Amino acid sequence: MKASIIVFPGSNCDRDAAVALRSAMGAAPDMVWHGDSELPDSDLILLPGGFSYGDYLRSGAMAAHSPIMREVVRRAKAGTPVLGICNGFQVLTEAGLLPGVLMRNATLRFICKDVLLKVERTDTPFARHYTPAQVVRIPIAHKDGCYFADPATLHLLENENRIAFRYCEEDGTVTDAANPNGSSDNIAGIYNETGTVLGMMPHPERLIDPVQSGTDGAKMFSSLVETLH
Amino acid sequence: MTGAADIAPEPEGLPEELIAEHGINAEEYERLLAELGREPTITELGVFSVMWSEHCSYKSSRVWLKKLPTTGPQVIQGPGENAGVVSLGDGQAAVFKMESHNHPSYIEPYQGAATGVGGIMRDVFTMGARPIANMNALRFGSPSHPKTRHLVSGVVSGIGDYGNCMGVPTIGGETNFDPRYNDNILVNAMCVGLVDANRIFKSAAKGVGLPVVYVGSKTGRDGIHGATMASAEFDESSEEKRPTVQVGDPFTEKLLLEACLELMNEDVIIAIQDMGAAGLTSSSVEMADKGGVGIDLDLDLVPMREEGMTAYEMLLSESQERMLMVLKPGSEPVAERIFKKWELDFAVIGKTTDTGHFVARHNGIVEADIPLPALAHAAPVYERPYEKSEPLPMIAPGDVQAPPSILSALERLLGSPHLSSRRWIYEQYDHMVMADTVQRPGGDAGVVRIHGTGKGLAISCDVTPRYCAADPFEGGKQAVAECWRNLTATGAKPLAITDCLNFGNPERPEIMGQFVGAIEGMAEACNILHFPVVSGNVSLYNETNGVAIPPTPAVGGVGLIADIAQMADMALKAEGDVLLLLGAEAGHLGQSIYMSVMEDRLDGAPPPVDLGKERATGDLIRGFIKAGTVNAVHDVSDGGLLVAIAEMALAGKRGVELEAATEGLPAHAIWFGEDQTRYVVTATPDHVDTIKDVASVYDVPVRVLGTVGGDTITLPGEAPLPLGMLRAAYEDWLPRFMTRG
Repeated sequence: MKASIIVFPGSNCDRDAAVALRSAMGAAPDMVWHGDSELPDSDLILLPGGFSYGDYLRSGAMAAHSPIMREVVRRAKAGTPVLGICNGFQVLTEAGLLPGVLMRNATLRFICKDVLLKVERTDTPFARHYTPAQVVRIPIAHKDGCYFADPATLHLLENENRIAFRYCEEDGTVTDAANPNGSSDNIAGIYNETGTVLGMMPHPERLIDPVQSGTDGAKMFSSLVETLH
Repeated sequence: MTGAADIAPEPEGLPEELIAEHGINAEEYERLLAELGREPTITELGVFSVMWSEHCSYKSSRVWLKKLPTTGPQVIQGPGENAGVVSLGDGQAAVFKMESHNHPSYIEPYQGAATGVGGIMRDVFTMGARPIANMNALRFGSPSHPKTRHLVSGVVSGIGDYGNCMGVPTIGGETNFDPRYNDNILVNAMCVGLVDANRIFKSAAKGVGLPVVYVGSKTGRDGIHGATMASAEFDESSEEKRPTVQVGDPFTEKLLLEACLELMNEDVIIAIQDMGAAGLTSSSVEMADKGGVGIDLDLDLVPMREEGMTAYEMLLSESQERMLMVLKPGSEPVAERIFKKWELDFAVIGKTTDTGHFVARHNGIVEADIPLPALAHAAPVYERPYEKSEPLPMIAPGDVQAPPSILSALERLLGSPHLSSRRWIYEQYDHMVMADTVQRPGGDAGVVRIHGTGKGLAISCDVTPRYCAADPFEGGKQAVAECWRNLTATGAKPLAITDCLNFGNPERPEIMGQFVGAIEGMAEACNILHFPVVSGNVSLYNETNGVAIPPTPAVGGVGLIADIAQMADMALKAEGDVLLLLGAEAGHLGQSIYMSVMEDRLDGAPPPVDLGKERATGDLIRGFIKAGTVNAVHDVSDGGLLVAIAEMALAGKRGVELEAATEGLPAHAIWFGEDQTRYVVTATPDHVDTIKDVASVYDVPVRVLGTVGGDTITLPGEAPLPLGMLRAAYEDWLPRFMTRG
């Protein structure tokens, strides 16, 4: 399997994602500079977390117009799996690959903590190693993570089974109390129509090793490797 | 051509008021004239005023700082560079420093705190290190003071936004509330970086005719006179100093970090220095002076953010995210390519010379021409008169009232501003980015894995200001000892400290007495614990209308964990584990949190620290951790023994059944006394005898406290306290305080 990680000015989880991919793949991913227009052969494209362009204008807005993004959009539309984590999710919505927008958290504050997620779907290259409705613990770290979309879009996402993860309680129930940022319908991550583009606010790359106090994130990378190798 | 003949000072000399406004007194001005041999230009006056400010010259503190030990086999770089460096073995080193940003943070909390974090990270990556962890130590006024909520909110989001954007985890710190900080809050930020020990960059610009290169952000009018502001006390007009607060841009700093580290791989940098306090002036003077050369700057070449700035403004600007470098000749294109890639400004703005002078030209006119020694070494050094305060009497345990119920008192203490959870703060800091955080905020120390290895770095910031106010010497000792203890509690071997010495106006003998006492106490502790000071910062004049802060010598320590698989933390691990106290009990309630919360007073002497016992007990604990004899470890500090036990219970989500305190002391003194040099540990029952036997060899008393189990804290003769209730009290205070009103 070959993977590319796009590095924007201000990306800061690119190395963490590379470590997670390398430990799952056994080989290092390509680190691709945002200013490039060529993308190496890739079975997976990953847009990492961080603060591309300092979140100036709107989170992800300027990165979505980087030269490399034209190629990322082209490959995504041709079916190459794309994973956007945190700022990467924001870039994917700004680039039009995923619907909706990530707004300022309801608390107006940055929030860094572990949250519980209900896995809504397991028939994708990203989630094959989770079990249906499994509750997993993955950290969030963001100020602009409140997912918002109009009622028609939310309805569509629900009907097309495109919700990837929801913030939930320990027993998997989806409650307001479990929603850390005010996201519509507790949405923590969504897929495109074909289930090949995933955007999510939580950081699976941060919990892949028991010394990090959890390993629930590792299954996403092992799932990708098994599907795409 | 750099002779004084080119320069055109005011023929009549500068007006007295102007000199006074620059913080230069009559005696210092005489000294300036003697050094220069003529009247200065206004630009030169500005340059002298920042270089001779307390902030840059350490003129009141220098003679005393020499008392602190700064060497040891682990020390690669002691004080004098941008940050200190200690060896971590295997060819790697930790680079670290703590710095204050007190005055700006009070005036403009968001930007003041943000730029404090930005500044300390620049100090670390200037030396070639990638920052891997941040910490901060914050002191706010009383929760009932009308400004406190605004200051907490601004400072925390300023620190968070800067560190989060940089992608460096903020893994801990400490926060106090005390009315004595009402008009002078303290914001001390610490950064730790990782570097290969043979690739450390320094600031000496050795060599003549070398290009002086400016990189980073453009220069604007922000922060002019920041260093001078930080060298004076506040009064009613302090709000007017807002324009002297710098404005931070963490995105640019992130680019600067990556660009600098990329260039450092190219072997072209001779010297590098960040532009912090006193900006272009201080950085160029320090590089030239350390290299034993002169420096010529052409200010027309400086990248500018606004038009019409004078030489004076350019030299004194504290615009953020800028660096000055001296490069190998001919390597400018390599450097320029990298900085352009990262979309940063790059300009050759001067060269090193053999004149020994600092020369700045603007529009073809020489605006400053000053012999470097006059700026770097001729700054006045004061041996200010000092008066030490009389030690306060020891308070007998019986002189502090017993509570109706020990467990209700515990609930009240943990729900107080002093001891309640700081979750509301640390959840605003990304403490997991870089994916190497192995001990998150809320424990004794934060721990990060050294990337790609099985080793860990433990980091802790400590001082107990109420102890220092009562007895600066004992308080200084205690700050160092507690830091050493917190690192030890994770199993780390403490390596060295950085310090941030926050005090009032040193021109007052009683303040100078506090400073001297604290330094002497710290020095004694550093010596006995083999815990040298490798970097630091002094912040004086933290007072308003003649009322000073409590002496606050904050200590930031770093320790090495050889194998993170053997790391300890404070969470209770298993039902049936036995809870043990290691260390002597005297029931010391003077200056305790118990006294403050229950009786609304702080009287008497602080608890003394026996440094010999400290070392023996710490070595013992580290041995138990390494051998796997203990399952959880926590030091006993603010609030005393029962608070420590409760924190372990909350962290482990397990209750404890405690035995009655049978010593010949009142129960509340046993449970809430703040005797030093103590740890609570847990172990399986079969390890208890080993612990007692080994401890007796070290002459450390051991007492069985009870057993882990259930979901309450249980004491004989009292209604059990459910952990849920205790947790509510512990977690609620700060969020409730911040959302009120």
